[in-house]
Amino acid sequence: MGYIQAFIVGGIICVIGQLLMDGTRLTSPYVLIIFVTSGVILTAVGLYEPLVNFAGAGATIPLPGFGYSLAKGAFKGVNEQGLLGAFTGGVKATSGGITAAIVFGYLMAILFNAKTKP
Amino acid sequence: MSNNQLKRNELYGQYVKERSPKPNYIKNCLWAFVVGGAICTLGQFIHNTIENKMELTHLEATNATILIMIFIGSLLTGLGVYDVIGKRAGAGSIVPITGFANSIVAPAMEFKKEGYILGVGAKLFSLAGPVLVYGITASVLVGILYYFILTIGV
Repeated sequence: MGYIQAFIVGGIICVIGQLLMDGTRLTSPYVLIIFVTSGVILTAVGLYEPLVNFAGAGATIPLPGFGYSLAKGAFKGVNEQGLLGAFTGGVKATSGGITAAIVFGYLMAILFNAKTKP
Repeated sequence: MSNNQLKRNELYGQYVKERSPKPNYIKNCLWAFVVGGAICTLGQFIHNTIENKMELTHLEATNATILIMIFIGSLLTGLGVYDVIGKRAGAGSIVPITGFANSIVAPAMEFKKEGYILGVGAKLFSLAGPVLVYGITASVLVGILYYFILTIGV
C-alpha cells in the first residue's frame, strides 16, 4: 500500500482534529473522544473500512482507527458468539494496543522524569 | 448568584473572548497535516517492512504496527521530544496513536511524586481512561445493535 495515500489521508484526519480544536475551542480529550466514537460509528455504517483499504496506516494510525478496530472486533464477536461477542469482541481485537499502551506507558513513566516545560 | 454577579461574569466572558489570541487556522492546519501525515507514513513504512520481512498476515502486521507506534510515542514522550513536536503540530501529534501513548505517559510522569500507585498508576488513565470508556461503550452498543439486526433477520 502506498505511502502517499497514508500521508494524505492521515494528514487530513489530523487537520479535521485541528479545525475542531481551533474552531470550537474543544480541548484535546474531547477531540480524542469524538474521534474514537466517530471511528466506531463510521465503521458500523460501513464508511471507515473503504478508507482503511485505501489508505492503510493513514486510516489505522489516527485514533478513529482505534474505534474501527473496536467496532470490527465487536461485529466479529457477534458473528462468532452472538450477544456475548458484542462484549468480548471489541477489547479482544484491540487487546494488543491497550496492553502495549499500559505496559510501555508505565515503563516510560518509571524510567523518565518529567522535563521542565521548554 | 446575584444579578450583579451574573452580569460581571458575562462581561468577563466577553473580555476573555476579545483578548484571547485568534488561532492561525492555515498555519495550524498545515502543521497538523504535515506532522500527522508524516506519522502515518512512518506507520505505513513499519507496516510494509514487517509484513514483508516477518511474513505476517495483513491484520497481524496492522496490530504489530500499532504496538510499535505506541512504543515510539511513549519513548519520545519519556525523552521529552514529543512535547516539542506537539507544541507546533497540535492535532497532528494528538490524533495519531502516538498521541494516545503521549496522553498516557505525560500525566503519569508528571504525577510520579505522588507515588507509584496513586501517582503513576492512577494518572496513566487520566486521559486514556475516557477514550477507552467511550470507545468500548460505543463498540458494545453497535455490537448489540448488530446482533438484534441479525436475529430479527434483515
